Amino acid sequence: MTLSKLCPGEVATIVSVQTDEALLQRLMAMGFRAGKRVELVRKASFSGPLQVRIGTTDILLRKSEAEKIMVQV
Amino acid sequence: MKRIALLGMPNTGKSTLFNRLTGATSRVGNWPGITVELLSGKILLGSEMIEIVDLPGIYDMHGFSEDEQVVRHFLHDNVPDLALVVLNAAQIERQLSLLLQLKQLNLNLLVLLNMADEAKKLGITIDTKEMSAALGLPIILLSAKYGNGYPEALQAITSALRANLPGMPEKVRSQLEKDEHIEREMSRVLKQSVQIPARLPDNLTAHLDHIMLHPWLGLPIFFGIMFLLFQAIFLFGQPLQAGVNELFGWLREAAIAPLLGSLPPALQGLLLDGIYNGVATVAAFIPLIVLFFLFMAIVEDTGYLSRAAFLMDALMARMGLDGRSFVMLLMGFGCNVPALMGTRVMRSRPLRLLSMLVIPFSLCSARLQVFVFFSAALFSPRAAPVVLFSLYLFSFATAILTAILFKRHYPNNEPFVLELPPYRFPTLRQMLMRGWHEAYQFLHRTSKFIVAGVVLVWLLTNLPPSAAPASADTLAGILGAWLHPVFAPLGITPDLTIALLFGFVAKEIVIGSLSVIYGMSGPELSGALVQQLDWVQAYSFMLFTLIYTPCLSTIATLRKESNSTGFMVFSIAWSLALAWLLSFAFYQAARALGY
Repeated sequence: MTLSKLCPGEVATIVSVQTDEALLQRLMAMGFRAGKRVELVRKASFSGPLQVRIGTTDILLRKSEAEKIMVQV
Repeated sequence: MKRIALLGMPNTGKSTLFNRLTGATSRVGNWPGITVELLSGKILLGSEMIEIVDLPGIYDMHGFSEDEQVVRHFLHDNVPDLALVVLNAAQIERQLSLLLQLKQLNLNLLVLLNMADEAKKLGITIDTKEMSAALGLPIILLSAKYGNGYPEALQAITSALRANLPGMPEKVRSQLEKDEHIEREMSRVLKQSVQIPARLPDNLTAHLDHIMLHPWLGLPIFFGIMFLLFQAIFLFGQPLQAGVNELFGWLREAAIAPLLGSLPPALQGLLLDGIYNGVATVAAFIPLIVLFFLFMAIVEDTGYLSRAAFLMDALMARMGLDGRSFVMLLMGFGCNVPALMGTRVMRSRPLRLLSMLVIPFSLCSARLQVFVFFSAALFSPRAAPVVLFSLYLFSFATAILTAILFKRHYPNNEPFVLELPPYRFPTLRQMLMRGWHEAYQFLHRTSKFIVAGVVLVWLLTNLPPSAAPASADTLAGILGAWLHPVFAPLGITPDLTIALLFGFVAKEIVIGSLSVIYGMSGPELSGALVQQLDWVQAYSFMLFTLIYTPCLSTIATLRKESNSTGFMVFSIAWSLALAWLLSFAFYQAARALGY
């Protein structure tokens, strides 16, 4: 499933990131790598961005971007 | 002169350190190989003057964002004698990658581990000796905000500068692409020297975010905070601005005018009403800018700006903007100039340009003065507030319309992946530094342009010398008559056309210019306007005033911030066209309906 499908509070492991190179670079630099644990902290109202926690960093990303990140609970 | 480059990821306190290092001596400047301006400052270290350059915060040496390219090109064409790498100790496990990438470039490096206090609170312990040995680099612990470890850092910088400069490898790019090596290095160094607790303690940030980002309470709190900020800028800014105006007026009467008394009247007029008023116009913006950025420093440095982006993004994304644009748009209701400068927090150029195209439609406090006067003069006390409110609605509507129309021309290529930093409170020093830097940049970048514009309008309204100032016989009057066929379909009279010409300089002087044109002021002026105009004409004039170019200072800021005269011209042309179309539609429709 994709990262966007997680419920607030759920933790999952990143399986793969399927996106263009520019976004991939940015996500990698932020710590998104296969095998890393990621927690969905909360979702904004009106299908706004997601707040996810990876390591010690909290990151905001849009739903459209989270749909490109495959995770496993 | 030896040169130091400051490098690091965003949110590492790099700029705070830069301000601490350079104090108030910094300036913006151009560098070989790059098109954006960078802040730099000169300081005395040991017995030598050293130049320090603040590079944009980046996540990655081989990313594709504008900032990452700027850093690569800068390092390529301006090899520094020392690169100071600022790392956020609380995020060390992620930040090490950038350091290792930089290490591969064979630069002379010194590592500053900032926010050591925050890392400690999170239970992260870092053995700097071990880490220093594992990396083969000197490491200094530091709190840039409070200055702990600062003397040690200066000492280390001084001695690192004495070291011989290693050569810069030719094939930077190919060196940069060895990601795998970096990953292995990262885990080796981390394993030896860093311990991170399995689960982060529930800290203050989590508790605050629980309320601030609440699904139902988040947005009302956001609007409450914005309302308070706006009120505060208005409340403190207006008297300060009036005070500066009074000071300049007093100085003029008491000192400058008597001094110039012996000169011919025309030259006196040029010096006083042209150049001196131009300088006063610039000066009147200074308190607003300082105040605005004092508050922006709080909003930004506390980390609330990222939270605002989280809350507002769902709505703004549909307009091709993001949540941060919305904050700037709201701030524009105080004054457009600092709001335009504030768009610098957005690192994607198309996103910034679209935001800058939208902000001038915010009904600023100067325009409000015109509307208050007109609506009081031409509308009943019951209708006047409705008129004002409708103008605010038009302000939002034109901004949204502009964003939707042009979002395809400014496609935002930067992914919306933002870091959400923990809540921190900026020190007073940080806030004051910010206000001072922005005011300095405004003066440095726009003052000549504004003074020249004020002088130009003075010349238009005072030449030829035989004509009475601002009368129909002056160049402005002739221009007004010539433009009459354009403005007649909007119901705007030639007198009001001249006032619009003044309004191009600043909306603050529109009412003043009408006083000059009619030769009367206050209630008398209101009376004269009532006799000449009906409410349809007055509303059409207000609509035009709302939508067309806000003021010269805004134009000057647009040009400097976008670094493009073409963009400035486009912004002026679009707002003029939209102003004309809407006023035309309103005036003709109202007349057709029999008003």
